[in-house]
Amino acid sequence: MPPEDPWEQLRLATRARIGLGRAGDAMKVEDVLDFQFAHAMARDAVHAKLDIARLKTALPGAVCVHSEAEGREQYLRRPDLGRRLAPECFEQLPRGEYDAVLVIADGLSATAVMHNAVPMVEAVMERLSGFRIAPPVIATQARVALGDDIGEALGAKLCAVLIGERPGLTVSDSLGVYLTYNPKRGTLDSARNCISNIHTHGGLSYTTAADMLAWLMREALRRGLTGVGLKEASGLLGGETQAALAG
Amino acid sequence: MRNFAHGFRGETYRFADLKTVLARASARRSGDELAGLAASSDAERVAARVVLADLPLKIFLEQPLIPYEEDEVTRLICDTHDAAAFAPVSHMTVGQFRDWLLSYEADSAMLAALAPGLTPEMVAAVSKLMRNQDLIAVARKCVVVKKFRNTVGLPGRLSSRLQPNHPTDDLKGIAASTLDGLLYGSGDAVIGINPATDNVQNCLRLLGMLDELRQRYEIPTQTCVLTHVTNAIEVMQAGGAVDLVFQSIAGSQKANEGFGVTLSVLREAQDAALSLKRGTIGSDVMYFETGQGAALSADAHWGLDQQTIETRAYAVARAFKPLLVNTVVGFIGPEYLYDGKQIIRAGLEDHFCAKLLGVPMGCDVCYTNHAEADQDDMDTLMTLLTAAGVSFVIAVPGADDVMLNYQSLAYHDILYLRSVFNARPAPEFEVWLEKMDMVDRAGRMKLPTPSNAVLQRLIGDSRNAA
Repeated sequence: MPPEDPWEQLRLATRARIGLGRAGDAMKVEDVLDFQFAHAMARDAVHAKLDIARLKTALPGAVCVHSEAEGREQYLRRPDLGRRLAPECFEQLPRGEYDAVLVIADGLSATAVMHNAVPMVEAVMERLSGFRIAPPVIATQARVALGDDIGEALGAKLCAVLIGERPGLTVSDSLGVYLTYNPKRGTLDSARNCISNIHTHGGLSYTTAADMLAWLMREALRRGLTGVGLKEASGLLGGETQAALAG
Repeated sequence: MRNFAHGFRGETYRFADLKTVLARASARRSGDELAGLAASSDAERVAARVVLADLPLKIFLEQPLIPYEEDEVTRLICDTHDAAAFAPVSHMTVGQFRDWLLSYEADSAMLAALAPGLTPEMVAAVSKLMRNQDLIAVARKCVVVKKFRNTVGLPGRLSSRLQPNHPTDDLKGIAASTLDGLLYGSGDAVIGINPATDNVQNCLRLLGMLDELRQRYEIPTQTCVLTHVTNAIEVMQAGGAVDLVFQSIAGSQKANEGFGVTLSVLREAQDAALSLKRGTIGSDVMYFETGQGAALSADAHWGLDQQTIETRAYAVARAFKPLLVNTVVGFIGPEYLYDGKQIIRAGLEDHFCAKLLGVPMGCDVCYTNHAEADQDDMDTLMTLLTAAGVSFVIAVPGADDVMLNYQSLAYHDILYLRSVFNARPAPEFEVWLEKMDMVDRAGRMKLPTPSNAVLQRLIGDSRNAA
């Protein structure tokens, strides 16, 4: 009988790729291919496109806009363009009396949006009774700050951007949410609140993330701010949500 | 006022000032394009190099690129310049300097004596006239040896930082990744953790674990938790086991303020670490990280191209006698270094420039998932850097950093590099590996089988670490 793999116990303590074998000095072929698979999933997520038709079916009344970045390559090279709404898109966003707008943005992982955005929007909407919510906005070649142009054009008091996070080798479909009070071009990142790591492989659940977001949105409206000041007030939250917000 | 212009085939290329010549002469990279500083065509880029090659080296002493009055890094560079050391090359143009660096006359001793006479701007300038092979050939001649509990940077040696990061700083998980790395002979530069939670209490906890591990096995190396320098000062006041003080630095005062540091706070931390007298064979107690793009991302680049302002960070490093410095070359993302070609060039530039200035440069050979790069590019860069005599490289289990979510080198890669170049670990660490019965008769790291006695013992210990 072969002796027990001494690494088995240690692997319970870390996701790191420990105790791999060797082929001479190199990694074994199965480990090389496993790594390549994870990297390929991450790269595919970066370069994937949103399935707009599917999102529009799931989100009735949604409006589609895009940033000034033309294509993925320019998006990756020029973050500044991904933060600005293309001029021709402003007319699709008529000003209204809105408390909030939800923006569904591709960011660095369209895969994350396709997997998680719709159930997340549904979970949040259930918790926002009494809010005047603008039609959802689907944004492509979008960075977080694109929500500032969108929120400002609509005249919304709050903008929540649900965006695909930079894929890692372990998880390539993680969604983040960035909430901004009084969104307008030039808002500093320190004036936003972020909920990250929303996915179904051991990440934050839709329920928990939606609870946090709804709490943040109500408090942001009541206090008239988002960012560091609001994060400190999140001490009022329960243990799990608080911990997730801190991370 | 000097006229920066060059005519070629009826076209005249004009450049507004010295920093524009440098920026336009830089190899193409996305960060300079993002900043609006890059050459607008390949011909303009080469024209800028032709202009640069004819400029006297002295011009960089006469025309500071960032005003002396407004920037403490400029003041540091000017005030510590050693005119006597500069004398042998003071009459040269940048182009002549490039040829001289490659000449047989410019040997290791000459280059070491010259280092205090060079400024970052001179070094960045000459690097723009050098092909990749030139950057390798000259860097290889620059010997920068540093000591704490072992000796890093000797010719024929390659050290590595063992980076056992964990997403929740779990002690058992960190111990497991550390043990794994030691079995590949990694860890002679430092065993260094990037903490997931960066506060004083957590640093004390992590440092305590690393120090206990190091002492139990009498490992002749140094440990580090890469926390902010102001935290490190508090940790030392609380009696924490700080071998090395870590800090990220950049090439302008404003960029350093973005990192929350000044030269005086670095001095304070260095003094505190020196007073602990933890080094056994040397007192090089500082560890810095740098990387092209940091200044631009903090809007603190003063209109300088990203490679020139990066090189100014090495003047900051040099002032504090560091044991280790590394560029985190591919970490910053494709808006600064777009693809494998740009990352490879930047890695070689950073290493060359630092070594020529007398800084013990290592490299985190790495990339993120949104860059146009993969393991093949990392193979190329690590191989070239080892040919260039890099002081150390960073390694993690299976090339996958599960805390910072990017790809660095694998522990396996250290075996490959040492094998291909016949490069050995730091001498004190090499003796320890032999003592631990981890090396076979051919000098290779033994393949730890499950029944291996050393492995059994180490694993038993790391299970109990927490």
